[in-house]
Amino acid sequence: MSVPVYILKRVLQAVPLLLIISILSFTMLKLAPIDPLAYLKANPAISAAAIKAEEERLGLNKPPVVQYFIWLANLLRGDLGVSTSGGSVVLLLMQRAGNTLLLGVLTVFFTWLIAIPAGVWAAVHRGRWIDRLFGIVTTIGMSMPTFLMSLLLLMFALGTRLLPIGGLTSPDFFERDWLGQTVDLAQHLVIPVTVLTFIGLAGIQRQMRGNLLDVLRAEYVRTARAKGLAEDTVIYQHALRNAINPLITLLGFEFASLLSGAALTETVLAYPGLGRLTLEAVLTKDMNLVMASLMLGSVMLITGNLLADILLKFTDPRISLE
Amino acid sequence: MIQAALEVVPIGTTRRPRKTPWQRLWRDPLARAGLIVLGLLYLFAFLADPLTPYSMQFNDPDLANAPPTAIHWQDESGRWTQPYVYPVERTFDPSTFRQTYSEKPGQAYPIKFLVSGERYRILGLIPGNIHLFGVDAPARLFLLGADINGRDNFSRLFFGAQKSLTIGFLGLLVAFPIGIIYGGISGFVGGIVDNVMMRVAEAVMSIPSFYLLIGLAAILPPGMSSSERFALITVILSLIGWAGLARVVRGMVLSIREEEFVQAARAVGMSELHNIIRHVLPQTASFIIIAGTLQVPNFILSESGLSFIGLGIQQPDASWGNMLKAALDNANDLVNQPWLIAPGILIFITILGFNTVGDVLRDVLDPKAQGTI
Repeated sequence: MSVPVYILKRVLQAVPLLLIISILSFTMLKLAPIDPLAYLKANPAISAAAIKAEEERLGLNKPPVVQYFIWLANLLRGDLGVSTSGGSVVLLLMQRAGNTLLLGVLTVFFTWLIAIPAGVWAAVHRGRWIDRLFGIVTTIGMSMPTFLMSLLLLMFALGTRLLPIGGLTSPDFFERDWLGQTVDLAQHLVIPVTVLTFIGLAGIQRQMRGNLLDVLRAEYVRTARAKGLAEDTVIYQHALRNAINPLITLLGFEFASLLSGAALTETVLAYPGLGRLTLEAVLTKDMNLVMASLMLGSVMLITGNLLADILLKFTDPRISLE
Repeated sequence: MIQAALEVVPIGTTRRPRKTPWQRLWRDPLARAGLIVLGLLYLFAFLADPLTPYSMQFNDPDLANAPPTAIHWQDESGRWTQPYVYPVERTFDPSTFRQTYSEKPGQAYPIKFLVSGERYRILGLIPGNIHLFGVDAPARLFLLGADINGRDNFSRLFFGAQKSLTIGFLGLLVAFPIGIIYGGISGFVGGIVDNVMMRVAEAVMSIPSFYLLIGLAAILPPGMSSSERFALITVILSLIGWAGLARVVRGMVLSIREEEFVQAARAVGMSELHNIIRHVLPQTASFIIIAGTLQVPNFILSESGLSFIGLGIQQPDASWGNMLKAALDNANDLVNQPWLIAPGILIFITILGFNTVGDVLRDVLDPKAQGTI
């Protein structure tokens, strides 16, 4: 199966999945004893006619099943309704999802940049002190709650005043030139990216170490050694390439856990991302927004898995796309 | 000759009997340390009432947000004495709007051991009023300071442990039967039912778990009693955890039911359902034990995260998550109040303990490795 056909097939498979997700989420939110328009009603700036119109548009006076189909029809037209703050949900989501994506991509990049060499190093020096050290660090990373790590780094930033505290940009962001803006962004990203990288490091490093140790026992590695190749050539040219492949499947999982982990980090560090938006939406009972961000989070997760599978196809020619 | 031959010990019986998984787990120093730490944590949670100086609800409104009580070991002339504390009073500086706490010198209150204090019932059953240590009123012994309502942080850590530590196992008790039965049925029935059931499980897994968690927590109506809320949060946690397990159990059922011993049972006329229950499901036991050990910390973490953002266990009940919320609320002044991090450290230690034990348990129970250790 060629790659474009495969992608098409996977996208088509994702459609029923997303439908089930939307039904589950919708049922869940309909069970909530919450008036979705309570906040609009409480806002004196919004006229009764506007509330009536919104009620009509969302079909809140109709049975839940009908409401679901109205919501679905609106979704297909690209209309996700208005949030309780009055803004368009689509605009709000695009802005926040971009920030979370930025955080996610940077985290994955740094995690892999550190975890792969660390895993190789630990496997090559198996049982020595460096391996043990990595073992301890990854155990700590696996057990560290993201919110605790965020709080600790926040304390560090407060104590040393080396890094900006919270947010994504400084108040004077728009008065800076592009270089100043980049530096400002980078400074704000240091803490959240460090937190998520440290947490994500453990799984990848351990997997890399385990894979390489498995591959180093293989017959062809013994052959390579027997014909007198240098140890470095054996490890980096022969063994490593095969050991990395299984990790690519992990990429999809990593992305999934990252979306969840990022939500708490974003909350603690006041980072304007999708997770914090969802949380605020839940706390203010902003049902349009909750529904939309649940769907967007799922789309991001499914896309992440798809990308990982396609990447695997490119790195491992033995994989046939089914 | 015959006599001598009888005395020959058959080969194999001289080998020491193979150690049980439990013994092998205990022999591993890391796992042993993990088990001891977890054991102590659960013991402390169980004995929270007698071990702490104050109850969960006890509050002194005059000491809201007070720092840890200073314990003195030397009297005015510098001689070592038994530890004592001074009462603390709050002063408010109207120009800076800051409140400070200072000691009222004068009468010293020694720290006493096994004092009688507030009455309690351990787990609501065993009555008592003896506390391991405490000071006489009006002095207070707040080892980790007081929270915004003037309640003792140190004591509340113990009571918080009761909630935070049990919710992991309770979640397991709900999630695992669902996952095992769901996966078992799906693998057993097969066909279109299997297909639909697995698509639903995949859908649950495709919603980022934290988003699903807070979405579900939003359903909970306000004004529930604390035990109702606790029960419902347990249910919510298990709704997140079952899907992954169901998928793996289904896969295992599909592969194990083709194994020879299962086919043999089928051949002698055992019914398919009985066969699954009698032969297939028990084979998944070690996987389920390992998955369980590694799932408990996930549940604890989820509960803490949920309470941390205010959607889980609510005040006035204590849980480690909602106690850590105080650290978030005081984030700007956290450097001066490092003791607020304490609940987070306890969450970390607990999860570390479970992960360590789980890792070793996986090595011990993994059937492929059996007999090699």
